[in-house]
Amino acid sequence: MGKTIAEKILSDKSKQDAKAGDIVIADLDFVMGQDGTSPLAIRVFEEMKANRVFDPNRVAMVIDHSAPSPVEGVSALHKQMRDFAQKQKIHFYDIGDGVCHQLLPEKGHVLPGQLVIGADSHTCTYGAINVFSTGVGSTDLAAGMISGKLWFKVPETIRLVLNGKLAGGVFSKDLIIFLAGQITADGATYMAIEFAGEVIDALSVDARFTISNMAVELGAKCGLMEADQKTESWVKQHSIQSYQPVLADQDANYNYVKEYNLSDLEPQVALPHTVDNVTPISKVTGTKVDQGVIGTCTNGRLEDLRIAAEILKGKKIAANTRLIVAPSSRATFIAAMREGLIEALVEAGAAVVTPGCGPCVGTHNGVPADGENVISTANRNFKGRMGNNKASIFLASPATVAVSMLYGSITDPREIIG
Amino acid sequence: MELKGKAHKFGNDVNTDYIISGRYKFKTLDMRELAKHLMEDLDPDFFARINKGDFIVAGKNFGCGSSREQAPLAIINADISAVIAKSFARIFYRNAINTGLPLIECDTDLIDPGDQLEVNLSQGLLYNKSKDLRIPVTPLPAVMLKILADGGLVEHFKKYGNFNFD
Ligand code: SF4
Repeated sequence: MGKTIAEKILSDKSKQDAKAGDIVIADLDFVMGQDGTSPLAIRVFEEMKANRVFDPNRVAMVIDHSAPSPVEGVSALHKQMRDFAQKQKIHFYDIGDGVCHQLLPEKGHVLPGQLVIGADSHTCTYGAINVFSTGVGSTDLAAGMISGKLWFKVPETIRLVLNGKLAGGVFSKDLIIFLAGQITADGATYMAIEFAGEVIDALSVDARFTISNMAVELGAKCGLMEADQKTESWVKQHSIQSYQPVLADQDANYNYVKEYNLSDLEPQVALPHTVDNVTPISKVTGTKVDQGVIGTCTNGRLEDLRIAAEILKGKKIAANTRLIVAPSSRATFIAAMREGLIEALVEAGAAVVTPGCGPCVGTHNGVPADGENVISTANRNFKGRMGNNKASIFLASPATVAVSMLYGSITDPREIIG
Repeated sequence: MELKGKAHKFGNDVNTDYIISGRYKFKTLDMRELAKHLMEDLDPDFFARINKGDFIVAGKNFGCGSSREQAPLAIINADISAVIAKSFARIFYRNAINTGLPLIECDTDLIDPGDQLEVNLSQGLLYNKSKDLRIPVTPLPAVMLKILADGGLVEHFKKYGNFNFD
């Protein structure tokens, strides 16, 4: 019997023949913490009586969730992280460097075929470049930093074959929101997802990250794709290290395989207050919006800013609305400036904030008021997610957010593009 | 590891905010104090009714929601010996084992509130004494039993400085 991508990577890293359901202790290629989870992990690290991380070159900490610090308490935690990083000589990314899930692939820290943990639930993002990467808690992060190992239950895999061709104005974000509605928020719990098919093949690597990023919104442990020519050239631009991508076997054993034809997919919106509360955009056009957000680890990449800038260039966002743009990283920010995208967005009325998580978790950078509607390119719309549990969050693609900001209400992007 | 106690029953999808409400979660890192508010929104005087060693018994997807480790720590500090459920949310599962809280997956429809239960973790046995019924459970893998026997991953690392399962 053949193996899935997850089974192959975990077999390789645990040096045993691992099958779904087995528990393995596996070697980690990279370990990451952000500013919401690292401080507790540092405490556990000390409680575990450790002196040193296993390999400073394979550990990174990122200050992205509350960057720059909005309050004293957070400043103290940031300082702890800076002190720890300096002492341990690990990779450290400070305010303005970007959101962790953009930085790890962009800085060449994670490569196809590798096993990676991050103390952040969206660590599954790197599955798009064939990395088995998954979110853990602070104790796991500490154990991983000390030993370079972690225990894993080898997950079963669901294989989703996405065929057809996405229509103009329909993007990878629409696709993954659609799948969240289909599979539901706990439909893939304990499991890995493999995304494959013509639609995936046709997408850019940037667009693929958006899909794997949201695998956890379906309950999954990771969202894996096979590496193709595009993956190879993307990875080569960011790293000089060698690596070994992993393919699924033809006769691998899946929990189930499901095929979708997505040629007729229309833009999708996740309605408040769960990610799987999904509707085609036609059912909600006209809903008023007060604030738009373009950014986050889901959709703050260069390609996303290009789409938004193209729509907004030479125009103005609707009166009585705000648009917040958070580039995913310093490099994204600089590239977007050079291409004139930032200028176009700012002229259209956007407020650009520090590269990082932006207003995504409600710690700063744009907390909505009671009763307001936000349309965002983020991955979660739980009540209170953006810091106010009396506001409502709608999730959509960068194109849908940009077009909706022109009208001050949810608008189908195919009215302008497509 | 032999565990004995009474069943306290809850439903499906008990999320980490029910286990320990966000109202208290950030107020203190004193886990004994947090434990007093365990399951408060579902059952206001739950903590007062716990006898040392009792079990929380629930339906599917126990522990869904955030990845905060306060949830299993509050359960441990309320003197609950294990959680028995049809299934667990993934990050809660990891955090529970790592913090030293045993988890048992089985058909919990065979357990009623107040039933006296006996569990042998290493053999994967669950005996419902009140109903004289043996309930099949998936035995915990050796790695997890070892982490639990050491009292969680922090204690395991203190002892060995690394993962050690030989
Ligand atoms: S952008 Fe949002 S979802 Fe992504 S890591 Fe930051 S807070 Fe989490």
